Amino acid sequence: MPRTVDKASAEPDGAVGQAPARARRPKPIPYLLIIPSVILLAVVLLWPIVQMVWYSFTSFTTRNLMPNQPGPEWNDFAHYQSLLTDPAFWSILRNTVVVCVLMVGITMVLGTLIGILLHKLPKWFSTFVAIGMMLAWSTPALSASLVFRWLFLPERGLVNVVLDRLPNWLVGDGWLQYNWFLEPLSLFSILIMVIVWQSFPFVAVSVLAGLKSIPSELYEAARMDGANAWKSFWNVTFPMLRPLFALLLVLQIIWDLRVFTQLYILANSFQNKDVYLLSYYIYQQGFSASPANYGMGSAIAVVMTVMILAVTAYYLRIMIRQGRPDDRRRQDRSSRDRRSRLHVG
Amino acid sequence: MVSTAFKPTGEIFTRDQRLFPQAPTLEHFDRVINGQLIPGVNFGTFLANSLLVTLGAVAMGALFSLLAAVAVARFRFKLRSAFIMLLIVIQMVPMEAMIISIFINFRSLSEATGVQLLGNLSGLLIVYTAVSLPITILMLRGFVAAVPKELEEAAAIDGASGWTIFWRILMPLVAPGLVAASIFAFITAWNEFIVALTFLGRSTDNYTLPLTLSYYFGRFGTEWGPIMAASTLLTIPVMIFFLFVQRRMVSGLTMGAVKG
Repeated sequence: MPRTVDKASAEPDGAVGQAPARARRPKPIPYLLIIPSVILLAVVLLWPIVQMVWYSFTSFTTRNLMPNQPGPEWNDFAHYQSLLTDPAFWSILRNTVVVCVLMVGITMVLGTLIGILLHKLPKWFSTFVAIGMMLAWSTPALSASLVFRWLFLPERGLVNVVLDRLPNWLVGDGWLQYNWFLEPLSLFSILIMVIVWQSFPFVAVSVLAGLKSIPSELYEAARMDGANAWKSFWNVTFPMLRPLFALLLVLQIIWDLRVFTQLYILANSFQNKDVYLLSYYIYQQGFSASPANYGMGSAIAVVMTVMILAVTAYYLRIMIRQGRPDDRRRQDRSSRDRRSRLHVG
Repeated sequence: MVSTAFKPTGEIFTRDQRLFPQAPTLEHFDRVINGQLIPGVNFGTFLANSLLVTLGAVAMGALFSLLAAVAVARFRFKLRSAFIMLLIVIQMVPMEAMIISIFINFRSLSEATGVQLLGNLSGLLIVYTAVSLPITILMLRGFVAAVPKELEEAAAIDGASGWTIFWRILMPLVAPGLVAASIFAFITAWNEFIVALTFLGRSTDNYTLPLTLSYYFGRFGTEWGPIMAASTLLTIPVMIFFLFVQRRMVSGLTMGAVKG
């Protein structure tokens, strides 16, 4: 029986269709299988992306949505021009990048450290901690943001009360009345705390799962060579988990650039442009500004999308190359060859 | 949060903050569950809306993504790379970026077809299904690819048809992955806020739970007690769902991720 299978998988790639197991499967099947997803995605998400790009080149406000008004009109890149010359946009962009870098950085470092810690702890305890962390992750963004907002409320938030109780020489006074939600620095600090609190468990648990897959012989060898914990992390753990780290990093970047709900709850208004992030700006322009300016919102959205695409181009390339059925087969075959050669030797 | 949910209103507004309530009370839960936030609509309605739309989206998403994952992991076809590319790019474009167009589209779609998609749950159901599809397909792809091809080929040699192979061999082996993907879709849809906010507008009968929360907040000042109680209630279904499959979820996520 193994011989038959070998023969099937040894077919040249171009002739996969003739392999015995697939002879009964006609070609249209894969297309039939993806068609429901493709239609749904195309209608709900892909078409809007195309439109979004188009709208970003037009003047399109609520006026154009009235029944007897003309549709969106081409406006010669006016949105992009005004965006690029708008100091508010640049400061929002800068804030977004800084906040995102901080979120991603802290999340990755904290998550990795806790993942490593969990790996060292006894199994029952690490499972217990892991479940606790997963609860933080599964808490809705809305509830988490509300909890943090409440903690930092002026006059009665837990944090303000505690800071007020601490001796004045340590933290200064006047904390009780301090409003964390007015200044960008304090607001963004809280925002970063919420995001990190919610997203480090995913990193930690993924790292833990990754660590479990590294053979312990490697660490023993490193220890025999006299490596300390730091060195064995950089020379064993990191190279082994490089694909995982790359993936986590890129996912975090995508997710953190998209932060909206948390800011919506924490800032609680569109008054203060200093505390905007890009996604918040899009929503404000498209829905809350008067008149709502869909064209401008779309233009910001395009800028943001291009940014994410540029940052994640690496991930995209890997994802497409990975896991192609014929690649897998080639790998299987070569490992099988190696094994048989070993037996012969 | 959970602690505050049980505090009486007086204790929430005191300067003498304690970590745990002095006199635990259920008044906020009572208000959230039985209160008439909007005349004629209560917590039960919101819960039913949320459950309906979330479970509907999870079920539809599971079916569609399983089919597509089998296609991507098991077949070679011309548009395969294009399809994966589509999935990844869609996953990257932020929801806030698309929501403007999605909203306008659904409005013209309802006008064109005569089926009202805004202001009720049908539009939300469609959007939620579509939003988690890319991630669930990519996750499931790893699981389907991990099923040894030899098993299928052995079954084929024994005379099993394509469907029998799918149901008898692939399904049981991919089930944990399907569960993991469903959890992902569940959390995404259950916690979703911005699409619901935009699509439902003033149609309060159809509000989902996250929107209810924002109701306690703003209108007449912030009512922290009910908010915390509602937040607690909101997390419970996710937690239950989650604890149920925690172990599988972890390995599932990583597996799908590593396999790409």
